[in-house]
Amino acid sequence: MSSTSYRQLTLNGLWKNNPALVQLLGLCPLLAVTASTVNALGLAAATLFVLVVSNTTVSLIRSVVSDTIRLPVFVMIIAAAVTVTELLMQAYSYELYQILGIFLPLITTNCIILGRADAFARKNALPAALYDGFIMGVGFGAVLVLLGAIRELLGTGALFADMQLLFGAGAESWRWQVFNVDYPFLVAILPPGAFLVTGFLIALKNQIDSSIEQRAKAQAEAPVAGSKRVRVTGTVS
Amino acid sequence: MKWLASIGLSGTVLALFAAITSVAIGWTYLGTKTQIDFEVRRAEARQLLEIFPPETHDNEIVDDVFEVAAETALLGIRERRQGYRVRRGNTVVGVILPATARDGYSGDIRALVGVRRDGSVAGVRVVAHRETPGLGDKVDLRKSDWILDFNERSLANPALSGWNVAKEGGVFDQFTGATVTPRAVILATRRALEYATLNAASLFETEADSA
Repeated sequence: MSSTSYRQLTLNGLWKNNPALVQLLGLCPLLAVTASTVNALGLAAATLFVLVVSNTTVSLIRSVVSDTIRLPVFVMIIAAAVTVTELLMQAYSYELYQILGIFLPLITTNCIILGRADAFARKNALPAALYDGFIMGVGFGAVLVLLGAIRELLGTGALFADMQLLFGAGAESWRWQVFNVDYPFLVAILPPGAFLVTGFLIALKNQIDSSIEQRAKAQAEAPVAGSKRVRVTGTVS
Repeated sequence: MKWLASIGLSGTVLALFAAITSVAIGWTYLGTKTQIDFEVRRAEARQLLEIFPPETHDNEIVDDVFEVAAETALLGIRERRQGYRVRRGNTVVGVILPATARDGYSGDIRALVGVRRDGSVAGVRVVAHRETPGLGDKVDLRKSDWILDFNERSLANPALSGWNVAKEGGVFDQFTGATVTPRAVILATRRALEYATLNAASLFETEADSA
């Protein structure tokens, strides 16, 4: 693959085709565990790992498995990757494993994973498939962490609480009380807050996209020096 | 019989992948088993040691378990759970009882109640709940130290009517915006103390007594 297509993949995973903000895949864990940054980060890491493993494996076996049985095989691979992740997390990050609870096994049915396996990994060579899994995972994880941070900040006035669950003793001091609240802004932590904040993030992304588009259009239509006449039909800002 | 061959091939490929994934899972399982057992035990032991700190006893509390039958009225537990004995020498200096408050704001609140031989509370910890974040979840020690108010209390301190939230004439604080959750925990603790008193003979029975 050329470097331009890698740039394309990066742009797709992080922005243009972001799994959480554009494809709207895997919303169940996205909404459920993002009440704090540490939970979001834990689930993001687990999802990223599973995505990379499944994309890599699917790409490796793409010539062996026929179209008719590809789905059962993919699901088997994904389920195995999730089980392995769950065991590892239980062994090395037990508290976080307890917090993520049911959402860890639910990664199996996260549509992003099967979606990328079927739409990309089975049609592409190993390096590209691996990179796609990685960058899609990062794109999903970034939204997850952003959502977690916003909700934690609105709901508790603090950021990065309980980081020791993920990074071990010593990370307790990472907690940063940004402002003090007498009454927590409960809605942010409760499920409706997840929907609201996600909605605002999607709106923000669309707003940025359309303003970029408009600027590009304006630039393209701007009179070029030396040209005789230019008809301006679009909006000029 | 082309279709038969095709089924055979698909079946073989599927079986092959089932075998490969099983090996991967089995291998990880074996590799992490000791570590997982260790973590589960450590998490359990840490909670017990918070109620009875190491200097109060000389046994491994986490190993000194007894069964508490399901539906034990005063404890409110729904399924069979474990209690723990805390010993010093030959004396049982305390027990840790499983207790469930069924009248939480949002489902059951499961707790551990540590009771000393003299009937006083060594400590209460909520181990599982689904109370409202920011309001009811202050019964969790990670969110608030409200639950430490039970330490040293007993059925005589306060008297029966005092075992309630302040708003309803009790001695325990309620939280801003939440009465149901703290009341559920207070009452569950009181009932656990009553259970300990009623069953003191069997709970605090020492080796010498039983011999």
